[in-house]
Amino acid sequence: MYELMVIGGGPAGMAASVYAARKQLKTLLVSGDTGGQINTTLGIENYLGYQFIEGPELISKFETQVGQFPIDQKIGYKVKQLKRIEGGFEAITEAGDKYQSKAVVLATGKKPRKLNVPGETELTGRGVSYCAICDGPVFTGQKVAVVGGGNSALEAVLDLVKIAEHVNLISLTPLTGDQVLSNQLKDAKNLTVFLEHQTAAIKGQELVEGIVIEDIKSGKEKELEVGGIFIEIGLVPNSDAVKGLVELNKWGEVTVTPRNETSVPGLYAAGDVTDVPEKQIIVAAGEGAKAALQAHRYLQRLTT
Amino acid sequence: MADKKVTVYSTPTCPYCKRAKDYLTQKGIPFTDYNVGEDKEKAEEMIQKSKQMGVPVIVVDDDVIVGFNQAKLDSLLA
Repeated sequence: MYELMVIGGGPAGMAASVYAARKQLKTLLVSGDTGGQINTTLGIENYLGYQFIEGPELISKFETQVGQFPIDQKIGYKVKQLKRIEGGFEAITEAGDKYQSKAVVLATGKKPRKLNVPGETELTGRGVSYCAICDGPVFTGQKVAVVGGGNSALEAVLDLVKIAEHVNLISLTPLTGDQVLSNQLKDAKNLTVFLEHQTAAIKGQELVEGIVIEDIKSGKEKELEVGGIFIEIGLVPNSDAVKGLVELNKWGEVTVTPRNETSVPGLYAAGDVTDVPEKQIIVAAGEGAKAALQAHRYLQRLTT
Repeated sequence: MADKKVTVYSTPTCPYCKRAKDYLTQKGIPFTDYNVGEDKEKAEEMIQKSKQMGVPVIVVDDDVIVGFNQAKLDSLLA
Protein backbone atom coordinates (compact mmCIF):
# COMPACT_ATOMS: atom_id res chain seq x y z
CA MET A 1 0.00 0.00 0.00
CA TYR A 2 1.25 3.48 -0.90
CA GLU A 3 1.34 6.17 1.75
CA LEU A 4 -0.01 8.77 -0.67
CA MET A 5 -1.78 8.56 -3.97
CA VAL A 6 -2.03 11.70 -6.11
CA ILE A 7 -4.85 11.46 -8.62
CA GLY A 8 -4.49 13.86 -11.54
CA GLY A 9 -1.45 15.12 -13.44
CA GLY A 10 -2.20 18.81 -13.94
CA PRO A 11 -0.38 21.58 -12.06
CA ALA A 12 -2.07 20.70 -8.73
CA GLY A 13 -1.22 17.00 -8.96
CA MET A 14 2.33 17.62 -10.19
CA ALA A 15 3.04 20.11 -7.40
CA ALA A 16 1.54 17.70 -4.84
CA SER A 17 3.82 14.94 -6.19
CA VAL A 18 6.93 17.10 -5.82
CA TYR A 19 6.04 18.03 -2.24
CA ALA A 20 5.13 14.44 -1.34
CA ALA A 21 8.43 13.19 -2.78
CA ARG A 22 10.39 15.78 -0.81
CA LYS A 23 8.67 14.52 2.36
CA GLN A 24 9.84 11.06 1.27
CA LEU A 25 6.33 9.68 1.20
CA LYS A 26 5.89 6.44 -0.73
CA THR A 27 3.86 8.07 -3.49
CA LEU A 28 1.95 7.06 -6.60
CA LEU A 29 0.91 9.60 -9.22
CA VAL A 30 -1.93 8.20 -11.31
CA SER A 31 -3.53 10.20 -14.12
CA GLY A 32 -5.09 9.96 -17.54
CA ASP A 33 -2.60 12.50 -18.85
CA THR A 34 -0.07 15.07 -17.73
CA GLY A 35 -0.64 18.78 -17.92
CA GLY A 36 -4.43 18.78 -17.72
CA GLN A 37 -5.91 21.98 -19.06
CA ILE A 38 -2.46 23.40 -19.87
CA ASN A 39 -2.71 21.11 -22.89
CA THR A 40 -5.24 23.47 -24.41
CA THR A 41 -3.32 26.62 -23.51
CA LEU A 42 -1.08 28.15 -26.10
CA GLY A 43 0.81 30.83 -24.23
CA ILE A 44 1.11 31.53 -20.51
CA GLU A 45 2.22 34.91 -19.18
CA ASN A 46 1.10 34.67 -15.57
CA TYR A 47 3.00 31.73 -14.14
CA LEU A 48 5.77 33.18 -12.04
CA GLY A 49 9.32 32.63 -13.24
CA TYR A 50 8.39 32.76 -16.92
CA GLN A 51 7.55 35.99 -18.68
CA PHE A 52 6.10 33.85 -21.45
CA ILE A 53 6.00 30.11 -21.83
CA GLU A 54 4.06 27.82 -24.15
CA GLY A 55 1.73 25.28 -22.55
CA PRO A 56 3.57 22.18 -23.82
CA GLU A 57 6.90 23.54 -22.62
CA LEU A 58 5.59 24.21 -19.12
CA ILE A 59 4.15 20.68 -18.96
CA SER A 60 7.47 19.24 -20.05
CA LYS A 61 9.22 21.21 -17.29
CA PHE A 62 6.71 19.91 -14.74
CA GLU A 63 7.31 16.34 -15.99
CA THR A 64 11.07 16.71 -15.68
CA GLN A 65 10.77 18.09 -12.16
CA VAL A 66 8.45 15.31 -10.99
CA GLY A 67 10.58 12.74 -12.80
CA GLN A 68 13.70 13.54 -10.80
CA PHE A 69 12.07 12.16 -7.64
CA PRO A 70 11.67 8.45 -6.84
CA ILE A 71 7.90 8.24 -7.00
CA ASP A 72 5.83 5.78 -9.03
CA GLN A 73 3.87 7.13 -11.97
CA LYS A 74 0.97 5.61 -13.86
CA ILE A 75 0.25 8.04 -16.68
CA GLY A 76 -2.47 7.08 -19.16
CA TYR A 77 -4.52 5.48 -16.40
CA LYS A 78 -7.67 7.42 -15.65
CA VAL A 79 -9.24 6.73 -12.25
CA LYS A 80 -12.88 5.70 -12.61
CA GLN A 81 -13.71 5.29 -8.94
CA LEU A 82 -12.18 6.04 -5.58
CA LYS A 83 -13.47 4.25 -2.51
CA ARG A 84 -12.68 3.76 1.15
CA ILE A 85 -11.08 0.51 2.24
CA GLU A 86 -9.72 -0.70 5.57
CA GLY A 87 -6.82 1.60 6.46
CA GLY A 88 -7.13 3.89 3.47
CA PHE A 89 -8.38 4.21 -0.08
CA GLU A 90 -8.56 2.22 -3.29
CA ALA A 91 -8.57 3.73 -6.78
CA ILE A 92 -9.91 1.72 -9.68
CA THR A 93 -8.85 2.80 -13.17
CA GLU A 94 -10.91 2.59 -16.36
CA ALA A 95 -8.69 -0.32 -17.39
CA GLY A 96 -9.54 -2.10 -14.14
CA ASP A 97 -6.22 -1.68 -12.30
CA LYS A 98 -6.45 -1.12 -8.57
CA TYR A 99 -4.13 0.95 -6.38
CA GLN A 100 -4.26 1.41 -2.62
CA SER A 101 -2.96 4.16 -0.35
CA LYS A 102 -3.36 5.49 3.17
CA ALA A 103 -4.07 9.06 2.03
CA VAL A 104 -5.09 10.70 -1.24
CA VAL A 105 -4.67 14.05 -2.94
CA LEU A 106 -7.44 14.40 -5.50
CA ALA A 107 -6.42 16.83 -8.25
CA THR A 108 -8.48 15.76 -11.24
CA GLY A 109 -9.24 19.23 -12.54
CA LYS A 110 -11.96 20.21 -14.94
CA LYS A 111 -13.11 19.28 -18.43
CA PRO A 112 -15.12 21.14 -21.09
CA ARG A 113 -18.85 21.35 -20.46
CA LYS A 114 -21.07 19.68 -23.02
CA LEU A 115 -24.22 21.13 -24.55
CA ASN A 116 -26.11 17.85 -24.16
CA VAL A 117 -28.01 18.19 -27.42
CA PRO A 118 -28.81 15.53 -30.02
CA GLY A 119 -25.90 14.84 -32.37
CA GLU A 120 -23.21 16.25 -30.08
CA THR A 121 -21.71 12.99 -28.81
CA GLU A 122 -21.97 11.21 -32.17
CA LEU A 123 -20.25 14.07 -34.02
CA THR A 124 -17.55 14.89 -31.45
CA GLY A 125 -14.28 14.90 -33.37
CA ARG A 126 -16.31 14.87 -36.60
CA GLY A 127 -16.74 18.61 -36.67
CA VAL A 128 -17.68 19.15 -33.02
CA SER A 129 -14.63 20.36 -31.09
CA TYR A 130 -13.98 21.54 -27.56
CA CYS A 131 -10.57 22.99 -28.43
CA ALA A 132 -10.76 25.84 -30.92
CA ILE A 133 -7.04 26.62 -30.75
CA CYS A 134 -6.28 22.95 -31.55
CA ASP A 135 -8.74 22.15 -34.30
CA GLY A 136 -9.64 25.61 -35.62
CA PRO A 137 -7.17 25.63 -38.54
CA VAL A 138 -8.63 22.34 -39.86
CA PHE A 139 -11.72 24.35 -40.79
CA THR A 140 -9.91 26.96 -42.91
CA GLY A 141 -12.27 28.27 -45.60
CA GLN A 142 -15.35 26.63 -44.09
CA LYS A 143 -18.46 27.94 -42.36
CA VAL A 144 -18.30 27.36 -38.63
CA ALA A 145 -20.19 28.08 -35.41
CA VAL A 146 -18.93 28.95 -31.95
CA VAL A 147 -21.24 28.29 -29.03
CA GLY A 148 -20.73 30.40 -25.90
CA GLY A 149 -20.46 34.00 -24.81
CA GLY A 150 -17.48 34.14 -22.44
CA ASN A 151 -13.81 34.87 -23.03
CA SER A 152 -12.99 31.43 -24.47
CA ALA A 153 -15.80 31.72 -27.00
CA LEU A 154 -14.80 35.26 -28.00
CA GLU A 155 -11.14 34.29 -28.36
CA ALA A 156 -12.17 31.36 -30.55
CA VAL A 157 -14.24 33.69 -32.73
CA LEU A 158 -11.38 36.16 -33.10
CA ASP A 159 -9.08 33.37 -34.30
CA LEU A 160 -11.67 31.80 -36.58
CA VAL A 161 -12.79 34.96 -38.41
CA LYS A 162 -9.26 35.16 -39.83
CA ILE A 163 -9.42 31.73 -41.46
CA ALA A 164 -13.04 30.62 -41.83
CA GLU A 165 -15.39 31.65 -44.65
CA HIS A 166 -18.03 32.61 -42.11
CA VAL A 167 -18.38 32.42 -38.33
CA ASN A 168 -21.65 32.23 -36.39
CA LEU A 169 -21.46 33.06 -32.70
CA ILE A 170 -24.31 31.57 -30.71
CA SER A 171 -24.78 32.72 -27.13
CA LEU A 172 -27.55 31.95 -24.67
CA THR A 173 -27.02 35.29 -22.94
CA PRO A 174 -25.64 38.70 -23.87
CA LEU A 175 -21.85 38.35 -24.31
CA THR A 176 -20.15 38.00 -20.94
CA GLY A 177 -16.55 38.10 -22.16
CA ASP A 178 -14.21 41.04 -21.66
CA GLN A 179 -15.16 44.29 -23.39
CA VAL A 180 -11.75 44.46 -25.07
CA LEU A 181 -12.54 41.18 -26.86
CA SER A 182 -16.12 42.00 -27.86
CA ASN A 183 -14.91 45.36 -29.24
CA GLN A 184 -12.55 43.53 -31.58
CA LEU A 185 -15.48 41.51 -32.94
CA LYS A 186 -17.10 44.62 -34.40
CA ASP A 187 -14.54 44.79 -37.22
CA ALA A 188 -15.21 41.26 -38.44
CA LYS A 189 -17.21 41.22 -41.69
CA ASN A 190 -17.69 37.46 -41.86
CA LEU A 191 -19.32 37.15 -38.44
CA THR A 192 -22.98 36.78 -37.49
CA VAL A 193 -23.85 37.01 -33.79
CA PHE A 194 -26.94 35.28 -32.43
CA LEU A 195 -27.59 36.46 -28.87
CA GLU A 196 -30.17 34.80 -26.63
CA HIS A 197 -30.19 31.76 -28.87
CA GLN A 198 -29.78 28.20 -27.68
CA THR A 199 -28.50 25.21 -29.54
CA ALA A 200 -31.23 22.65 -30.17
CA ALA A 201 -29.36 20.04 -32.20
CA ILE A 202 -26.28 19.26 -34.24
CA LYS A 203 -26.91 17.76 -37.65
CA GLY A 204 -24.77 15.55 -39.82
CA GLN A 205 -24.22 12.01 -41.05
CA GLU A 206 -20.48 11.24 -41.09
CA LEU A 207 -19.40 14.81 -40.39
CA VAL A 208 -21.11 17.94 -39.08
CA GLU A 209 -23.38 19.55 -41.66
CA GLY A 210 -25.34 22.05 -39.61
CA ILE A 211 -26.52 23.40 -36.30
CA VAL A 212 -30.11 24.04 -35.25
CA ILE A 213 -30.54 27.09 -33.04
CA GLU A 214 -33.58 28.48 -31.27
CA ASP A 215 -34.41 32.09 -30.41
CA ILE A 216 -35.31 31.80 -26.73
CA LYS A 217 -37.74 34.72 -26.85
CA SER A 218 -39.76 33.73 -29.90
CA GLY A 219 -39.09 29.98 -29.81
CA LYS A 220 -38.28 30.15 -33.55
CA GLU A 221 -35.79 27.61 -34.81
CA LYS A 222 -33.38 27.97 -37.69
CA GLU A 223 -30.71 25.74 -39.16
CA LEU A 224 -27.30 27.11 -40.07
CA GLU A 225 -25.10 25.27 -42.52
CA VAL A 226 -21.69 24.74 -40.86
CA GLY A 227 -18.87 22.21 -41.07
CA GLY A 228 -17.37 22.90 -37.67
CA ILE A 229 -18.85 23.66 -34.26
CA PHE A 230 -16.69 24.88 -31.39
CA ILE A 231 -18.27 24.52 -27.97
CA GLU A 232 -16.87 26.98 -25.44
CA ILE A 233 -19.41 27.07 -22.63
CA GLY A 234 -17.18 26.62 -19.64
CA LEU A 235 -15.91 23.71 -17.63
CA VAL A 236 -17.19 21.06 -15.26
CA PRO A 237 -15.19 19.39 -12.47
CA ASN A 238 -13.90 15.85 -12.91
CA SER A 239 -15.50 14.64 -9.70
CA ASP A 240 -17.41 11.60 -10.96
CA ALA A 241 -14.88 9.23 -9.38
CA VAL A 242 -15.68 10.54 -5.88
CA LYS A 243 -19.43 11.08 -6.24
CA GLY A 244 -21.11 9.58 -3.17
CA LEU A 245 -17.81 9.40 -1.31
CA VAL A 246 -17.18 13.04 -0.60
CA GLU A 247 -19.15 16.26 -0.24
CA LEU A 248 -19.57 18.27 -3.44
CA ASN A 249 -21.08 21.72 -3.95
CA LYS A 250 -23.94 22.40 -6.37
CA TRP A 251 -21.51 22.69 -9.29
CA GLY A 252 -20.01 19.30 -8.52
CA GLU A 253 -16.80 20.76 -7.07
CA VAL A 254 -15.24 19.05 -4.05
CA THR A 255 -15.64 21.34 -1.05
CA VAL A 256 -12.38 21.88 0.81
CA THR A 257 -11.25 23.73 3.91
CA PRO A 258 -8.34 26.20 3.71
CA ARG A 259 -6.21 23.15 4.67
CA ASN A 260 -7.45 21.22 1.61
CA GLU A 261 -9.41 18.79 3.78
CA THR A 262 -12.52 17.24 2.26
CA SER A 263 -15.45 15.72 4.16
CA VAL A 264 -13.48 12.44 4.31
CA PRO A 265 -10.45 12.22 6.66
CA GLY A 266 -7.30 11.36 4.73
CA LEU A 267 -8.74 12.55 1.43
CA TYR A 268 -7.38 15.93 0.40
CA ALA A 269 -8.27 17.81 -2.76
CA ALA A 270 -6.55 20.57 -4.73
CA GLY A 271 -6.91 22.75 -7.79
CA ASP A 272 -9.76 23.15 -10.26
CA VAL A 273 -11.74 20.12 -9.05
CA THR A 274 -12.30 21.94 -5.74
CA ASP A 275 -14.34 24.96 -4.75
CA VAL A 276 -11.17 27.05 -4.31
CA PRO A 277 -11.80 30.53 -5.68
CA GLU A 278 -9.77 31.35 -8.83
CA LYS A 279 -8.88 28.63 -11.29
CA GLN A 280 -5.33 29.47 -12.31
CA ILE A 281 -2.20 27.40 -12.93
CA ILE A 282 -0.31 29.15 -10.16
CA VAL A 283 -3.22 28.75 -7.72
CA ALA A 284 -3.61 25.06 -8.57
CA ALA A 285 0.12 24.47 -8.06
CA GLY A 286 0.01 26.21 -4.69
CA GLU A 287 -3.06 24.25 -3.62
CA GLY A 288 -1.36 21.00 -4.66
CA ALA A 289 1.62 21.84 -2.46
CA LYS A 290 -0.66 22.64 0.48
CA ALA A 291 -2.65 19.44 0.06
CA ALA A 292 0.48 17.26 -0.01
CA LEU A 293 1.86 18.91 3.13
CA GLN A 294 -1.47 18.41 4.92
CA ALA A 295 -1.55 14.78 3.81
CA HIS A 296 1.95 14.38 5.19
CA ARG A 297 0.79 15.72 8.58
CA TYR A 298 -2.18 13.34 8.49
CA LEU A 299 0.11 10.37 7.79
CA GLN A 300 2.39 11.41 10.64
CA ARG A 301 -0.60 11.51 13.01
CA LEU A 302 -1.62 8.03 11.86
CA THR A 303 1.70 6.56 12.95
CA THR A 304 2.05 8.30 16.32
CA MET B 1 14.36 -3.84 -37.53
CA ALA B 2 13.12 -1.67 -40.35
CA ASP B 3 12.22 1.87 -39.36
CA LYS B 4 8.53 2.57 -39.09
CA LYS B 5 7.02 5.33 -41.19
CA VAL B 6 5.60 8.00 -38.92
CA THR B 7 3.32 10.78 -40.17
CA VAL B 8 1.88 13.58 -38.05
CA TYR B 9 -1.11 15.66 -39.15
CA SER B 10 -1.19 18.81 -37.05
CA THR B 11 -1.97 22.51 -36.80
CA PRO B 12 0.57 25.13 -35.73
CA THR B 13 -1.59 26.32 -32.82
CA CYS B 14 -2.44 23.00 -31.21
CA PRO B 15 -0.53 22.36 -27.96
CA TYR B 16 -1.16 18.59 -28.07
CA CYS B 17 0.40 18.55 -31.58
CA LYS B 18 3.50 20.26 -30.25
CA ARG B 19 3.73 17.81 -27.36
CA ALA B 20 3.41 14.87 -29.75
CA LYS B 21 6.09 16.24 -32.11
CA ASP B 22 8.41 17.15 -29.22
CA TYR B 23 7.98 13.62 -27.87
CA LEU B 24 8.91 12.01 -31.19
CA THR B 25 11.90 14.32 -31.61
CA GLN B 26 13.04 13.55 -28.07
CA LYS B 27 12.90 9.83 -28.83
CA GLY B 28 14.88 10.39 -32.04
CA ILE B 29 12.09 9.17 -34.29
CA PRO B 30 11.96 10.82 -37.72
CA PHE B 31 8.50 11.84 -38.93
CA THR B 32 6.75 13.78 -41.67
CA ASP B 33 4.60 16.63 -40.41
CA TYR B 34 1.69 18.06 -42.40
CA ASN B 35 0.03 21.34 -41.46
CA VAL B 36 -3.61 20.51 -42.16
CA GLY B 37 -4.58 24.15 -41.61
CA GLU B 38 -2.80 25.03 -44.85
CA ASP B 39 -2.68 21.80 -46.81
CA LYS B 40 -6.28 21.03 -47.87
CA GLU B 41 -5.28 17.79 -49.59
CA LYS B 42 -3.59 16.46 -46.47
CA ALA B 43 -6.53 17.59 -44.33
CA GLU B 44 -8.80 15.44 -46.52
CA GLU B 45 -6.35 12.55 -46.22
CA MET B 46 -6.34 12.90 -42.43
CA ILE B 47 -10.15 12.89 -42.25
CA GLN B 48 -10.26 9.83 -44.51
CA LYS B 49 -7.70 7.91 -42.47
CA SER B 50 -8.94 8.84 -39.02
CA LYS B 51 -12.65 9.30 -39.80
CA GLN B 52 -12.60 12.49 -37.73
CA MET B 53 -11.36 16.08 -37.80
CA GLY B 54 -9.45 16.58 -34.55
CA VAL B 55 -5.67 17.03 -34.39
CA PRO B 56 -3.10 15.67 -33.92
CA VAL B 57 -3.44 12.46 -35.89
CA ILE B 58 -0.37 10.25 -35.84
CA VAL B 59 0.02 7.43 -38.34
CA VAL B 60 2.58 4.73 -37.59
CA ASP B 61 2.85 2.52 -40.70
CA ASP B 62 -0.86 1.62 -41.04
CA ASP B 63 -1.98 2.31 -37.50
CA VAL B 64 -3.84 5.54 -36.78
CA ILE B 65 -3.77 7.31 -33.42
CA VAL B 66 -6.10 10.22 -32.76
CA GLY B 67 -4.72 12.67 -30.21
CA PHE B 68 -1.48 12.56 -28.25
CA ASN B 69 -1.81 9.17 -26.59
CA GLN B 70 1.66 8.48 -25.26
CA ALA B 71 0.94 4.92 -24.11
CA LYS B 72 -0.50 3.91 -27.48
CA LEU B 73 2.26 5.68 -29.39
CA ASP B 74 4.91 3.85 -27.36
CA SER B 75 3.31 0.48 -28.01
CA LEU B 76 3.12 1.11 -31.78
CA LEU B 77 6.72 2.34 -31.95
CA ALA B 78 8.08 -0.57 -29.89
